[in-house]
Amino acid sequence: MSSLIDVENLSKQYRIGHAKSTTLRESLVNAITFAHVRHKAQDEMIWALRDVSFSIDRGETVGIIGRNGAGKSTLLKILSKITYPTSGAVKVGGRVAAMLEVGTGFHQELTGMENIYLNGSILGMTKKEVDRKLDAIIEFSGVEKFIDTPIKRYSSGMRLRLGFAVAAHLDAEILVVDEVLAVGDAAFQKKCLATMENLRARARTVLFVSHNLAAVENLCGRCIWIDGGQVRMDGETHGVIRTYMNSMTSSTAAYADLEGLENRRGNGKVQFRSVEFLSPEGTAQRVIRAGDPVVMRFHYAASEPVPHPSLGFRMYTDMGTLVTETSTWHHGIHIPLLEVGEGYLDLEIDCLNLMPAKYALSLWATDDSGAVVYDNVECGVTLEVESANIYQSGKNLDSRNGLVFFPQKWNLAGTLPAARESARHAEPV
Amino acid sequence: MRPADMPRRSIAASCCFDAQRNMRSETLTEFWQYRELLYFFAWRDIKVRYRQAAFGAAWAVIQPLLNMIIFTLLFGRVAHFQSGNIPYPIFVYCALLPWTYISGVLGVASMSLVNNDPLLTKVYFPRALLPAGSVLAGLLDFVIGSFLLVGLMFYYHVQAGWSLLLSPLVILLMVLLTMGVSMVTAALNVRYRDVRYALPFLIQVGLYATPIVYPATMIPKRFQPILALNPCWGIVDGLRACLFPGQPFNFKLMGTSVAVAILVFVLGAFYFHRAEKSFADVI
Repeated sequence: MSSLIDVENLSKQYRIGHAKSTTLRESLVNAITFAHVRHKAQDEMIWALRDVSFSIDRGETVGIIGRNGAGKSTLLKILSKITYPTSGAVKVGGRVAAMLEVGTGFHQELTGMENIYLNGSILGMTKKEVDRKLDAIIEFSGVEKFIDTPIKRYSSGMRLRLGFAVAAHLDAEILVVDEVLAVGDAAFQKKCLATMENLRARARTVLFVSHNLAAVENLCGRCIWIDGGQVRMDGETHGVIRTYMNSMTSSTAAYADLEGLENRRGNGKVQFRSVEFLSPEGTAQRVIRAGDPVVMRFHYAASEPVPHPSLGFRMYTDMGTLVTETSTWHHGIHIPLLEVGEGYLDLEIDCLNLMPAKYALSLWATDDSGAVVYDNVECGVTLEVESANIYQSGKNLDSRNGLVFFPQKWNLAGTLPAARESARHAEPV
Repeated sequence: MRPADMPRRSIAASCCFDAQRNMRSETLTEFWQYRELLYFFAWRDIKVRYRQAAFGAAWAVIQPLLNMIIFTLLFGRVAHFQSGNIPYPIFVYCALLPWTYISGVLGVASMSLVNNDPLLTKVYFPRALLPAGSVLAGLLDFVIGSFLLVGLMFYYHVQAGWSLLLSPLVILLMVLLTMGVSMVTAALNVRYRDVRYALPFLIQVGLYATPIVYPATMIPKRFQPILALNPCWGIVDGLRACLFPGQPFNFKLMGTSVAVAILVFVLGAFYFHRAEKSFADVI
């Protein structure tokens, strides 16, 4: 069976520069003086997409990721026939519903109800279809009370919910979704993700563009990474996101050079040279994601033999809150002697349960009692923890959700009626 | 249900297009599928038009009525234009009715694409539905205005004959022409916003280049073949012939108007179809 969507060598070129400023007068003048023939070569052309090919089978949920301006939206617009390719071909074997924006075509003067019909119709629903789904849409939107009020009186959140409610009830074979989840509050996002999940369960083919990598990872089995208008990678989601993240972050994340750093105290008998962040296998880890295992390798140099040192670090948030302090001394580890020369010390972390944020590390090396300071580097190292699908739920967590998370599990047994019953009977009278 | 078992709901919905800008799906089939959207666009236009206006839909009557009064005072009383055996007010109103429709719709339809740019850049549907919606919505005002015409005919004791039954054909011609021109101006407006400024002027010229306030007999013979290329004349003349007894159909004029209107429509559709591919990029 051939695939549902076939994209072959798709390219789209945009002219940038004075494309928008042309007026009829200029055009006429150009036509007369043949200026357009002379100027055409000077116009700057950019390729929004270049030789993009892929095919998507029925029932697949495909995430499309990439930096801003990589060509994701252009791709979606071509797939949904809003704009046309410069070269190449697209074959689509079904009705495409595009959700590139929520509430497209809403009219301020019309009531919520009227806008449901209008918007539904614009998105390709028949009136009958809207009639049938009307109750569900209104309930989903949560604006029942204001359904007969012109939407110019709505808050932006209400408008958003109403728009999404209509879109969520679309019944097309192919659904193209662009970043709608990026807007709205947490409750709204939750609803959106549930809807996406629902669509996937109904074996619809979904193309999903988002910057919310956790959501992509959770929803999509396959992921296409677009970079500079080309398909950089196409495959199983986890691998693609990982490679994408690695390319995103600059190489400094893996390695912090401390040599020549002025801002340090201590007598310098032992000095930190650098810090490396490694995977458990020992390869440099350019991106550290919440929940990842990580090995911190502290490189040092001793200028003379140092007996009984202890080495450690304090970790701060960007607001200066101490997150944790750890050291060889805290672990009760006794280092008999550091020989002259260079060496390193590894701290192995099974699960870096920090919320995504930037953290600063202050390194220190002292003698056994802590009285003599060999080296102290205040906030010399930055640890950037990237977001990840921490609870395997697709929810994007960040510093607003706190500093740390624990290995955890919710148990719903107590919410079941039977459990409540027995709990009540167990209570002393 | 396994994905592979899902039936193809509609073959016509599938599409295939390439860089040659050939949509191989049937355009007309697509229009049929989207017919409800045309209705909704027209409905929206109507719903919104007189919102927050104290007189509401009465404006559909007030506008041509005021024009009629002004023209009657100016050209009927002062300039003493001859309108044959028909009272001047009804003579001019009968022509103002289609003219109000054409000029009014052109104004709205020309802006229909530009004013809906979020739709053009975010959703796909046959783009021609936007100007078509305006063309359809304008008919409501036309119908409301017609009631006044009926009243005027009673008042002036003008009795229509069987030829009245031909008036739908003239109205069809009017709609065809308006749609043809609208497709050109609306599409042109996407690329060149000059249309917004040029159009009111063109409409004003049209008002005087069409025998609306003056009878066709005032046009010098040698100019008549040129002015006959303006299909509005045929529409106005045709409508008068439908309504007033003793006004014969000028078949030569009507034939020319029909030919020109069809030509405008076909060329307009052709230009629109060519231009619509780039709407989302240019707007």
